[in-house]
Amino acid sequence: MVKFERFMLDNGLKVLVHIDQSTPMAVVNVLYDVGARDEDAQQTGFAHLFEHLMFGGSVNIPDYDDPLQVAGGENNAYTTNDLTNYYCQLPSENLETAFWLESDRMLSLAFSKKSLDVQRKVVCEEFKEHYINKPYGDVWHIMRELAFKEHPYRWMTIGKELAHVENAQLDDVKRFFFKHYRPSNAILVVAGNVSVEQVRELAEKWFGDIPSGEKYNRSLPVEPEQNEERRMTVHRKVPADAIYKTWHMCSRLDDDYYATDLLTDILGGGASSRLYQSLVKEQQLFTGINCYHFGSLDAGLLAIDGQLVKGVDIKKAEDAIEAELDKIRQELVEVRELQKVQNKTESVMAFEDMSVMNRAGSLAFYELLGDGELMNTEFKKYQEVTVHDLKRIANQVMQPSNSNTLWYLAEN
Amino acid sequence: MPDRSKAPHIKDAIEYAIALKKPEIFTLDNGVKVYNVNAGTEEVVQIEWVFKAGNWFEKSNNIASAANFLLKNGTSKKSAYEINEYVDFYGAYLNRSCYNETAVVTLHCLSRQLENLLPLVQELFVDAIFPEEELHIFRQNMKQKLEVNLKKCDFVAGRKIDEFLFGAKHPYGVYSEMTDYDALNIEALRQYYATYYQQGHCTIFSAGILPANYATLMNGFFGNLPFNQLPIESPEHLITPAEQKKWNIINDPEGVQGAVRIARPFPTRHHPDFPKVQVLNTLFGGFFGSRLMNNIREDKGYTYGIYSFLVNHIHGGAWMISTEAGREVCEATVNEVYNEMQALREGDIDAEELLLVKNYLIGTLLGDLDGPFHIIARWKNLVLNGLDDSFFYHSVDTIKNISAEELKAMANKYLQPEDFYELVVV
Repeated sequence: MVKFERFMLDNGLKVLVHIDQSTPMAVVNVLYDVGARDEDAQQTGFAHLFEHLMFGGSVNIPDYDDPLQVAGGENNAYTTNDLTNYYCQLPSENLETAFWLESDRMLSLAFSKKSLDVQRKVVCEEFKEHYINKPYGDVWHIMRELAFKEHPYRWMTIGKELAHVENAQLDDVKRFFFKHYRPSNAILVVAGNVSVEQVRELAEKWFGDIPSGEKYNRSLPVEPEQNEERRMTVHRKVPADAIYKTWHMCSRLDDDYYATDLLTDILGGGASSRLYQSLVKEQQLFTGINCYHFGSLDAGLLAIDGQLVKGVDIKKAEDAIEAELDKIRQELVEVRELQKVQNKTESVMAFEDMSVMNRAGSLAFYELLGDGELMNTEFKKYQEVTVHDLKRIANQVMQPSNSNTLWYLAEN
Repeated sequence: MPDRSKAPHIKDAIEYAIALKKPEIFTLDNGVKVYNVNAGTEEVVQIEWVFKAGNWFEKSNNIASAANFLLKNGTSKKSAYEINEYVDFYGAYLNRSCYNETAVVTLHCLSRQLENLLPLVQELFVDAIFPEEELHIFRQNMKQKLEVNLKKCDFVAGRKIDEFLFGAKHPYGVYSEMTDYDALNIEALRQYYATYYQQGHCTIFSAGILPANYATLMNGFFGNLPFNQLPIESPEHLITPAEQKKWNIINDPEGVQGAVRIARPFPTRHHPDFPKVQVLNTLFGGFFGSRLMNNIREDKGYTYGIYSFLVNHIHGGAWMISTEAGREVCEATVNEVYNEMQALREGDIDAEELLLVKNYLIGTLLGDLDGPFHIIARWKNLVLNGLDDSFFYHSVDTIKNISAEELKAMANKYLQPEDFYELVVV
């Protein structure tokens, strides 16, 4: 049970406080409700590039990292298709330093030309390191474009192409900042060895005078329902063939999310999952196979990926996947099997909540979903899923007409 | 309006007293020591069974890692699937990892499920059978995984630099070839298991919220096993470093990045310079605010990240710099690394930078001691290296008190370019 208090500043900044006095540390987590889905199709990769620029100095403070490190703190950040999250941890007596730093960069960045020039290069190297210079690195670029025709989930957070990042201009950076990095678009979570009064006072002092800005109203293109199977084949310099399949699934806030999540665990969650047991261990068609989903806020994708044992015919391998899917569409899952993935979920949640940092991040995420309290009540929704729900979702989602299949073949 | 131009007052992290909570220790009937940190906010436990079964003890390549991996792939009573299903059903994680000196089996589970899971762990240490078919699948999948990894310049660089430092026959320098997997056989695995697990030398580390009858429970399941009875083997391995210091390897003619490794041998934690060099390493390349990161990423944009670190083995180590940089700037990156070494040898570290590094290190340490899993990890490290908490407190004192002059002396002793191996794999 994670307890917290919540209040809102006049400028619209939401603040959540979670107290844990067993640690000498405090965590300050600032989540901005902006991700790659909010980008212009001609300027992809911007939300993520922006995350880098948030460390390049703010209007009154030339450098973010040094003062935090002097105060014994460390920090990091990440960007997804849906959101951008910044977090730092420092000895609780130095909490005000984090407020000073975070509020100044919410007030305004320095918009330094040098920082933009350097971070463009850094992000290009990140792009190369993860998506170009690695076998199978471009898979999700291809798959996202195949699966999404309208919704901005069709590109990855790193960006659609290097050129978009390389061409980013300072004016674009400023516009993006004042559109998205406003108090009314942010959630501040403070956790650890702190008090509510102290946080309230510091929040008023440091964030209270930041103009609330214009509220950003998200209206993203809706992905039209897919009603025919899509397939694609590529050839690349990789040692082994691989197959990737995706299906459109519900959004994170949909009631069916929980059954869909458990369905992926039954099919591909670990060493006793169906796909692994049948296709890797018994039939030995794949060296590894996974089933998962992206947990995205808007309707997103459920995926299966597998790397084939060399010499196995890819059509045969795909048919074997389909045979497993037929089984789960036609026959009810055993109650024990459902219970297994529910137990696993309970355990994952308990381990995730061990550190103050994780608890702070989760609170911010659930508050973005609508209510931080969901963090405490969500497991109940997993417990309510029935074997009939699993069958219904399998039939609804994992249909050929809703599927995208990529054959990723080794060049000879 | 607050005055935003002025930083709030801070308490220097180095003023904090740092305490490493002592574990409770009990000994099983067979002499196995169990270290416990009984604490935490969540009803979860982590138990690690550490065996002296790393590749230090193997007679041919990959036996140690294969035995460790296949340990849970079948007993005379349960198939691999049944074992996995059982662990998953109780919402647990049963992992194994093989290192150089040690090989570990780790259990994570909810505290209330512990009694359901310990009998299974015991079964693995008594009755693993290593089915032929499981070895066949392992061999096939590992070979293919290796083939994929060999396409990554980063992976290739990691293997080669260890070979240059320690020699291809030394446990720290050896790496897997396709033929090593072909050569694996069931008899050798079973033999290894019998000697190094069934009758092996074991130490147990546990943390989390442990049940009240934990000691009795552990003694009941593990106290009567024939652990810690055979004499401890201590094989000698000769380090044979490469003669050539500079290497360029072309792995992918069309690659857009190169993997850079620059490394020198470095003594173990028992050497008096070790704690001092830990501080110097942090300043040099050990954190995001380091000189290497500031210069090569934040100023030049050559890389997504660059780090230096001490490679800590039990019998010997290395000091290594590691990055992936744009293909056309690999050489410039290497030059900048040497420039930063020179700056540390010749220049003076100002008081502000030194205080920043000290505060950062102590602050991180405070954060790292948050929670039972982190605390037991520290103790495991100390115990396995034959140290106790006086080493920890000495390190803390060194961080708090080391001077710029002492750091400069360390730089002059250890950051000499001619002592380093230099490798670029594109």
